[in-house]
Amino acid sequence: MGFVLLIVLVVVGLWVIGAYNGLIALKNQVVNAWKQIDVQLKRRHDLIPNLVNAVKGAMEHERGTLEAVIAARNKAVNAEGVAATARAEGELTQALGRLFALAEAYPQIKATANIGELQEELASTENKIAFARQLYNDVATQYNTRQAQFPTSLVAGLAKASPADLWMIEDERERAVPVVDLSTPKPSA
Amino acid sequence: MSGGDLFSQQRANRRRSALLIAGFVLFFAWLGFGGDLALWLMTRDAATGGYRHGVPLIGVIAVSIAAAIALHAWRHGARRVLNATGAWELLEPGTPEQQRLDNVVEEMSIASGLPKPRVWIVPDRDPNAFATGRDPTDAHVAVTEGLLMLLNRDELQGVVAHELAHIRNFDVRLMTLLAAMVGAIALMSDTMGRFLRVRGGRSRGGRGKGGGGLALLVLAVWLLSMLLAPLISRLLAMAVSRKREYLADATAAQFTRNPGALAAALEKLDGAGEATRAMARGAAHLCIVDPSERRLSDHEGPIGAVFASHPPLRLRVTRLRGMAYQFEQQGSASP
Repeated sequence: MGFVLLIVLVVVGLWVIGAYNGLIALKNQVVNAWKQIDVQLKRRHDLIPNLVNAVKGAMEHERGTLEAVIAARNKAVNAEGVAATARAEGELTQALGRLFALAEAYPQIKATANIGELQEELASTENKIAFARQLYNDVATQYNTRQAQFPTSLVAGLAKASPADLWMIEDERERAVPVVDLSTPKPSA
Repeated sequence: MSGGDLFSQQRANRRRSALLIAGFVLFFAWLGFGGDLALWLMTRDAATGGYRHGVPLIGVIAVSIAAAIALHAWRHGARRVLNATGAWELLEPGTPEQQRLDNVVEEMSIASGLPKPRVWIVPDRDPNAFATGRDPTDAHVAVTEGLLMLLNRDELQGVVAHELAHIRNFDVRLMTLLAAMVGAIALMSDTMGRFLRVRGGRSRGGRGKGGGGLALLVLAVWLLSMLLAPLISRLLAMAVSRKREYLADATAAQFTRNPGALAAALEKLDGAGEATRAMARGAAHLCIVDPSERRLSDHEGPIGAVFASHPPLRLRVTRLRGMAYQFEQQGSASP
C-alpha cells in the first residue's frame, strides 16, 4: 500500500517538474520574443532622424507632417508596456505613412538614390517589426493557452505565470490600411 | 504555432538522418563483405597454390570508406554543395537587390525565430534557391542571380521563408546527407563496375567456374544490388524530398502569412523553365523547384510520382492558393 502511494507521489512529482519547466521555458520564449521586437523598434527609431534629415530640404512646406513624425517617434521611444508601446508605434506608423504619401509628390526626392536606400531600410524595418510582433503574439498565445489549460493551470501559480499581453492593433484604420509599399520598383531586366 | 507538431517533426528528421547514415554504412558493408563472401565461395576449392580469399579485405575497406564519407558529409556536406554550385557568400550587399535579399532573409529569420542563416548567391541566370546545413546554427540559404532579378519583394520573401522552413524542420540535414550519399554511391558503383569488368574477364578466361550454385547466387545478388544502388539511392532522395516540399510550403505560409506570394513566385519559377546548370544532378532535391531541364515534376502521372524530386508545381500552387483563401476568410483576425 505504502509502495503504491510512493509510486503515485513520484509520478505526480515528475509531472509537476515537467509542467513547471515547460511553463518556464515558454515564459522565457515570450520575454525573448519581446526583446526581439524591442531591437527592431530601436532600429526604426534610429532610422527616422536620418530620413527626416534627408527629405527636410525638399519638403519645406510639409513642416507639419515632419514634426508629427518626430513627435510620434519621441513618444514611441518613451512608451512603456505592451499596450502603450503598441499604441505609440501604431501612431508612428501612420505618421510615416503620411510622410511617404506626401513624398510621392516630390520628384526630386524620389530621384535621390539615398532616399531609395532609406526607403528599403525602413520598409524592411517595418517588416521586421511586423514579423517580430507576429512571433511574439504566437509565443504569447501558446504561453497563455498552456497556463490556462487544465491540468497545467494547477502549476501556473508555482511558476508565477500570468497571461502575457498580446500586441493588438487597436486602430481600425491602421488595420484596414496595409503597410505602405515602399519597396523599390522592380528592375526591368 | 503548434509547438508539439514542430518538435515531433524535428525529431522525426533527426531519426531519419541517423537511419540514413546507418543504412548507407550497412549497404557498403554488404557490398564489401558480400564481395568477400562470393570470392571466398569461388576460391574455396581452389587447388593448393591457387589464390584463396581468406581475409575479408574488401569488406573492411568498403566499410571504412563509407564511414569516412558519412563523417565528411556530416562535417562538410553543406560546404561541398555550396562549392559545387560556385556560390559566393553575400557579406556586404553591394547592389539594391542584394541589400533587399539580405533584409528579407533577416526578416524571415525573425518571423521564424531562428538565427539568421548565411546568405549565398549562385551565379546562374535560371531562378532557383536552396538551403543546406546541419542545423539552425549552421545553416545556409542560397539563391541564384536569376531569382533576384525575377521576383518582387513579396515573392522573394515567400521563397526565403520556404528555405527557412527547411532549416527549422531539420530538412537540411537530411537533404544534405542524402546529396553526399547519392553522389558517393554513384561514384562507388562506377568504380566497382570498371574493376569487375577487368577482373571478370580474366577469371572467365582462366579457371572456368568456381564454387557452384551458392557462389553464383551470392554473386548475382551482389551484382544486382550494386547495379541498382545508384537508382535506388536517387529514388530515395526524391521520395524524401517530395514529401518535405509541401510541409515547407505550409510552414512558409505560416511565417509570411502570405501564401499567395509564394504561389506567385512558384508560378514565375515554373514559367522560367530553363535548366539551372549550376545545380548538380545529385543536389536536385535541395532546390525549391526541380532544376533539371526535363521538369519531371510536371508529370502528374506515375512517372512523376516516382522519379521527380518535387511534387507537381501546379499542385503546390493550388494548395498555397487554398491557404491564401483561408487567410482572407479569417480576415486580419491574426494580428
